Amino acid sequence: MADELSIGGRRFNSRFILGSGKFSLEFMRRVIDNGGAEMVTLALRRANAGKENILDHIPKDITLLPNTSGARNAQEAVRIARLARDLGCGDFVKIEVINDSKYLLPDNQETIKAIEILSKEGFIVMPYMYPDLIAARRMADAGAAAIMPLGAPIGSNKGLLTRDFIKILVDEVDLPIIVDAGIGRPSQACEAMEMGVSAVMANTAIATSNDIAMMSKAFKLAIEAGRKAYLAGLGRVLEKEAEASSPLTGFLEDRS
Amino acid sequence: MKDHMVYASNMESIESNIMDKVLARTKEYDPSIYDESDVKKAIGTDRPAFEDYKALLSPAAESLLEEIAARAKKETRRYFGNSVSIFTPLYISNHCDNHCTYCGFSRNNDIVRGKLSRDEMEDEFKAISETGLEEILILTGESRTESGVEYIGDSVKTAKKYFSTIGVEVYPMNIDEYRYLNGCGADFVSVYQETYDPDMYAKYHPKGPKRVYPYRFNAQERAIIGGMRGVSFGSLLGLGDFRKDAFSTGIHAHLVQQKYPHAEISFSVPRMRPHNNDNGEIHNNVRERQLLQVLLAYRIFMPFASINISSRERSAFRDNIIGLAANKISAGVKVGVGGHNKEEKGDEQFVISDPRDVSEVHTMILQRGLQPVYTDYIRMM
Repeated sequence: MADELSIGGRRFNSRFILGSGKFSLEFMRRVIDNGGAEMVTLALRRANAGKENILDHIPKDITLLPNTSGARNAQEAVRIARLARDLGCGDFVKIEVINDSKYLLPDNQETIKAIEILSKEGFIVMPYMYPDLIAARRMADAGAAAIMPLGAPIGSNKGLLTRDFIKILVDEVDLPIIVDAGIGRPSQACEAMEMGVSAVMANTAIATSNDIAMMSKAFKLAIEAGRKAYLAGLGRVLEKEAEASSPLTGFLEDRS
Repeated sequence: MKDHMVYASNMESIESNIMDKVLARTKEYDPSIYDESDVKKAIGTDRPAFEDYKALLSPAAESLLEEIAARAKKETRRYFGNSVSIFTPLYISNHCDNHCTYCGFSRNNDIVRGKLSRDEMEDEFKAISETGLEEILILTGESRTESGVEYIGDSVKTAKKYFSTIGVEVYPMNIDEYRYLNGCGADFVSVYQETYDPDMYAKYHPKGPKRVYPYRFNAQERAIIGGMRGVSFGSLLGLGDFRKDAFSTGIHAHLVQQKYPHAEISFSVPRMRPHNNDNGEIHNNVRERQLLQVLLAYRIFMPFASINISSRERSAFRDNIIGLAANKISAGVKVGVGGHNKEEKGDEQFVISDPRDVSEVHTMILQRGLQPVYTDYIRMM
């Protein structure tokens, strides 16, 4: 059986979601091709204006994931999402509600409110969030189609700083968990996939590499490797102390 | 002369201790006590503290400019990737009630004064919009009689038809006036303190409404309270001790961001240039090397902030600053009144050094491997 990723009833072969915000547009197609990405995010506030339209640089068979960056509260996120749909970006939307210009950390509470409204309007809602189990459960209840926790602050390339909390989401929330921000290297993407997340999103790490096409490929391979490792089941990993060679329960006798 | 630290009766005073904090911190700052090891520590630290910022602005940092530049470039790439935003300023009036001794628009200067009628503004906006620009900064001199709040509001409403992003660089206002302009369609406000040194400030602003230091200082806060989404900070480097002024500017922006975390923060980094009122009195000690040092220090201290590079600087300097410290550049700049559609209606405020139009700047950005961005904003009102 094919190992497909299903989000909101749509199926994807690739588990690599490409963020487009920091690229030069001329490279977009090569990055998408090399990375095998089937879903690409799109900052609506950047789209549909100026001399170059980002939509012209994204192949038609790619699923667009417009985001609501620039929204400071639920109401603004809802407005941007509707605008995206009106512009023909489809039903997927990534909710980003950010109320802090310094760290760009997401506002989980406002995000939950936006999910409630947009999921009722038929959007396939993928919220960017701070990895908090309680908030993730509420997002699932509100109709989210996937949960996108941050691995580290946006653009920091610091990797899986929130590793343990993302693992909790993987274990407890019955939706695709997609690591959204902070992934700086293919090895970190691989590690996230080994942990059991469903997909990884990356942007800065690729956009700022010297050879973005090759880095895109590296992410593709790392994500595939991590996925296979997860499916295979990681073997015995030695912890700090070696496992005891003689059994701890060998003294038991079978008598009552 | 009037006490420059006392508000006039029509000026709104808000609860804020930011000015006192900035003045106290600046007073403590002695740029001469830092050495290369302090600078190296600042370059290597993950989250620069005030002390690191002080070291980055100190004379000791000049010999480490290359290393500082490498760190700043990393931050610029991290936060902005390849993106470089393009905008243009439009002066709609050069009437001015102030007497800034360093400025071409100063009240007693014998220059041609003018302001645009509503139709003329519309023609200007149309001409600018045809170049592909989506972001505009509307400027006036400081005259509440010639360019009142409603006049500015009218220009914003007209601009709204053509632009996704509208900023105003006009005189400081009260909260309800900012709220009015926000309702008209403006979301960003630039107010520059010129110099943060109160004594120097008093000297350069002998008369007129601008003389009141604290009213100008607190303009960003009033603008944010009035609903503006972003505010810009800056000193006109060269008026006072540029190291201390740059330090005050950064601390001011830092404290405003802490108090209003949602506000978007920007810096402009102008330095004294030849102008219409230039009598050579102000010793211009800010050379390109020092200007770059300030730009880099802003970027490292507040890596998330937007920094734009003025057309006062020569083109080769600007070309190298984008992607390194600045993420925003003006193009097709006219600093007289109007001038995009018809001839300018009033004289220029200063001399620009980079006359390139939008398509030339666009091409230059692409040639540098960067991506021109015309809009990065969705207006919510």
